Amino acid sequence: MQRGEARRDVVRELDVAQVTEAVAKLAIDACTYLGDDVMAFFEKAIDREESETGRDVLVQLLENANLARDENIPLCQDTGLAVVFLEVGQDVHLVGGSLEDAVNEGVRKGYTDGYLRKSAVADPIGARKNTGDNTPAMLHVRIVPGDTVKVIVAPKGGGAENMSAIGMLKPAQGRQGAIDFIVDTVSKAGPNPCPPILVGVGLGGTFEKAAYMAKHSLMREVGSTNPEPRLAELEDEIERRCNDLGFGPAGLGGRVSVMDVFIEELPAHIASMPVAVNIQCHSARHKEVVL
Amino acid sequence: MDRRITTPLTDEVVATLRAGDRLLISGIIYTGRDAAHKRLVELVDKGEPLPVDLKGQIIYFVGPTPPKPGEAIGSAGPTTSGRMDAYSPKLLALGLKGMIGKGSRNDAVKEALKRDKAVYLASTGGAGALLSKKIVSAKVVAYEDLGPEAIRELEVKEFPVVVINDMYGGDLYVEGRKKYERKGDS
Repeated sequence: MQRGEARRDVVRELDVAQVTEAVAKLAIDACTYLGDDVMAFFEKAIDREESETGRDVLVQLLENANLARDENIPLCQDTGLAVVFLEVGQDVHLVGGSLEDAVNEGVRKGYTDGYLRKSAVADPIGARKNTGDNTPAMLHVRIVPGDTVKVIVAPKGGGAENMSAIGMLKPAQGRQGAIDFIVDTVSKAGPNPCPPILVGVGLGGTFEKAAYMAKHSLMREVGSTNPEPRLAELEDEIERRCNDLGFGPAGLGGRVSVMDVFIEELPAHIASMPVAVNIQCHSARHKEVVL
Repeated sequence: MDRRITTPLTDEVVATLRAGDRLLISGIIYTGRDAAHKRLVELVDKGEPLPVDLKGQIIYFVGPTPPKPGEAIGSAGPTTSGRMDAYSPKLLALGLKGMIGKGSRNDAVKEALKRDKAVYLASTGGAGALLSKKIVSAKVVAYEDLGPEAIRELEVKEFPVVVINDMYGGDLYVEGRKKYERKGDS
């Protein structure tokens, strides 16, 4: 009895219905309102871009974002699969049903009420039948200290996702080998993933951790600096080399091919050097809330 | 300077288009992406008629968001064209004159453009809100069950595109990139 009371003091109850509402709203907001960081990047890039066609594309992208915001039209017709990151405080007791069901209900509601495109197909190598409500969410849950739940929704379009790659490189390839693999992935992608792109990189870990880090890194703010100086320097070097590729905005030729490079890192196995590259189009959409 | 053209396209008009030209298209165009292309080419292979006569027409690779009440269409920017590479040459052989998408095409498509006198055009990827304003009306004309992938007839007004691949082998993606590429000292 006493134990139960003590637990009630420290554990906060949260109804999963709140998660549903949050996911629905964040999905619509992310698809409609481009982040201030990306808008600021476009504005600065217009001054820097030497190609006239490149500048025209950047102007169009700014106009597009303003129109989407003012008239509530999705920024892009590809409103993506719904990638959802949850950071659940370990002092939260989730009530009212299954957390996973609640997230999927949020996706269903957001993509229906927000007139977003449903782009999920079941039996991917066969019938490819649309699931009808854009479920399932691509859900990643972490348990963290605290008594809050952070919800991040990041709609991910197919065009940029398709240009992503993972390399299980040999340790002998070292830093230069990793850079070459990343730049080569961006070079092969060229105009396809809607440049200027973000390059999310996961270094080390295992196969799946590398891919997760590459995706998670894309939640960072465009223009932000990696707190680890060694990685910050690496990000700058990769960005410079990618921008030297010359494909520019929309791939029509120009200086501004990449908005930013983000790296996350983990120790690797003595035998392994995983390098994952997750490409994000310029419509870098993610919104978050803390419940 | 943007040049205004109207659909359907004739061989004479196609012959004047060069990689890098900026165009404003008005008239009827048809939407079609992965699933619709698969079905169209299955019909071609069986020698059966298509639900839409593609002679002189333009296909826009797009799967729009659902329209809000009172709107013609939702967000409607281009999808990546490379996925249609396996299908496009067969449609070009039937007289399709233009395709709108984004991203590179393979050599087979570029050869078919020369052979059949056609062009590959790009609209700005990720500008779906802006491009939706150039679409006056939309109606599903085939494969309604495919939802966003159904074939729609769109009436467009001054829809902005740039010529990527012309019928002479010109390729703006290759030429544009070459102009700004820096090699070596990085």
